[in-house]
Amino acid sequence: MISNSELVNKYFRHNKKFPHIWCPGCGIGTILGNMLRAIDALALDKNEIAFVSGIGCTGRAPVYVDFNTLHTTHGRALPFATGLKLARPELKVLVATGDGDATAIGGNHLIHACRRNIDITTIIFNNYIYGMTGGQYSPTTPHGDKASTCKLGNIERPFNISQLVEAAGATFVGRTTSYHTLQLQSIIKKAIMHKGFSVVEVITHCPTTYGHINKKGSAVDMLKWQKEVAVDKSRADKMDPKELEGKIITGILMEKQLPEFCEQYDTIIEKAQSLKNNQQGESK
Amino acid sequence: MNKKSSYRLIQGNEAAAEGALAAGVSFFAGYPITPSTEIAEILADRLPANGGTFIQMEDEIGSIAAIIGASIGGRKVLTATSGPGFSLMQENLGFACLAEVPLVIVNVMRGGPSTGMPTSPSQGDVMQARWGTHGDHPIIVLSPGSVEEAFHYTVKAVNFAEKYRNPVIVLMDEIIGHMRARVSLPPTSMIERVNRVHPNMPPEWYLPYERSATGVAPMASFGDGYRHHVTGLVHDAKGFPTADPNEARNNIRGLFTKIERGFRELCLVDYEFMDDAEHAIIAYGGMVLSARSALEQLRKSGRKVGLIKLGTLWPFPRFALEQYLPQLKTILVPELNMGQIYREVLRVNAGKAVVEKLNRVNGTIITPNEIVKTVKGLIR
Repeated sequence: MISNSELVNKYFRHNKKFPHIWCPGCGIGTILGNMLRAIDALALDKNEIAFVSGIGCTGRAPVYVDFNTLHTTHGRALPFATGLKLARPELKVLVATGDGDATAIGGNHLIHACRRNIDITTIIFNNYIYGMTGGQYSPTTPHGDKASTCKLGNIERPFNISQLVEAAGATFVGRTTSYHTLQLQSIIKKAIMHKGFSVVEVITHCPTTYGHINKKGSAVDMLKWQKEVAVDKSRADKMDPKELEGKIITGILMEKQLPEFCEQYDTIIEKAQSLKNNQQGESK
Repeated sequence: MNKKSSYRLIQGNEAAAEGALAAGVSFFAGYPITPSTEIAEILADRLPANGGTFIQMEDEIGSIAAIIGASIGGRKVLTATSGPGFSLMQENLGFACLAEVPLVIVNVMRGGPSTGMPTSPSQGDVMQARWGTHGDHPIIVLSPGSVEEAFHYTVKAVNFAEKYRNPVIVLMDEIIGHMRARVSLPPTSMIERVNRVHPNMPPEWYLPYERSATGVAPMASFGDGYRHHVTGLVHDAKGFPTADPNEARNNIRGLFTKIERGFRELCLVDYEFMDDAEHAIIAYGGMVLSARSALEQLRKSGRKVGLIKLGTLWPFPRFALEQYLPQLKTILVPELNMGQIYREVLRVNAGKAVVEKLNRVNGTIITPNEIVKTVKGLIR
């Protein structure tokens, strides 16, 4: 496996003004680092990778890394990525998006990208909160938890992102945490290799906002929590639902092969062109 | 190849779609909306046959996002919509202004605000096209005054977008969009196509927002080896976010500079009977047709009236009016809104001539006779 210094030298932008914007203890860097390790293990060409994001702490990930990088508007990373992928199908398109970006303001785009099954890998950094704006509740904030806009407890029920995207038609769904780094690398690798729309939900921590207001302790304590609540799918399949209450099932949750959008569009082009040729033949 | 122009009986919307194809547009993303839907339908049929791409997105926010993504991938791109969809596009229109991504939006205006009058003509989006997205930004807005111009202006819009790395809006009204006329479409070989300037330096030297002498920076496509960053944050010449006041100033002022340098080229204006005119009608879009007809009647009855036809609304072609101000006594601005270009005319006129407006917001047009009557009243 690539060493940390090699990873930094190979993939980070040395002409970018560092330091990065993330707080000490943030989980985003861990996820980004393991995404880079997955890309390195697959020996992908940097020129052939497009890395697209929306707005929020996660949205800042692309600027630091040496790919074709596109930092879009809030919630819109997926439609930008869809246009780019359709225009340049040879690119490997990866999307980084947070829980608010992906499932609140970008929720409509998310379900339709799943339904289309376009060959894009979406990594959803789920830290249960809007971190950049100071800790407001998001569509994944657990019921009863606190945030700066629900100090008396959240009365909304959270989305289960993995279930949501599976129901919407994603053909690869994986989930893990920022504690399980090896599994994280392995799932991202498989998601990139998957032909079709793949989603990797990564449970992570925001010690500055969500952790602080909900008294979850330090970043290390929050990582320990991720270790404790994670149950691998192979084990979870043998457990009864009662035992699984409060647990997070990790691993590749679903994977299937269905026709991919760009490939299907190629067949539309073929059909339209042969139709056009036939019509021109007849008119002669 | 056929070098002759072909005559066809087509709608303004169809002419715009033909213009897009003639200009080399190979990517369209859109969402159905009256009265622009024909453009999407035609391009859904025609683009794949030419090897291009059509996608129907989940909404207009996604539509403009998709064409921005495709433009960054190197395609010439276009979308078409109407008022409510144009409102949804404002967010990412701003992104395209700041990130300097070439694209064209055809907005076939219908009665507003809100859902308004979906099948009725209006010119209510003139100021929205100028200022609809937040923040200070330049924009290019063209308004075809005939079915034939819907073709030619769409070609020009694509070319301007590519040349200036800026969004261009074709602000058509429902009158032109749905009117059928016999028009002559030039063969593709006769169409001037402008392509964005690509970088020719080694990739490691490339600065995506370093402006050349034209005021426009060369644009690399994703996947061409020029790995770079594109963002909706104010950025430096490398494309990286900045809060440095000097870099921020260079970024925003640079957007304006490139449009100022191209100002004369960007201003499409036609003049009819203006040489000896003492009275002018200033019209654009579908109102050009009523104004022209009124002009004929007024000239026949010996009134010295002329027409300034605005093809470009933004940047506002102030010289078109300024050059005639010394000879003009009155100016009439007929519009299907409460007076949006009228205010620009007032500003440029600066108290010299008598400026009058003639407005309609009930879903019907202003007839030639109404213009004749109003001009006669003004002259008296």
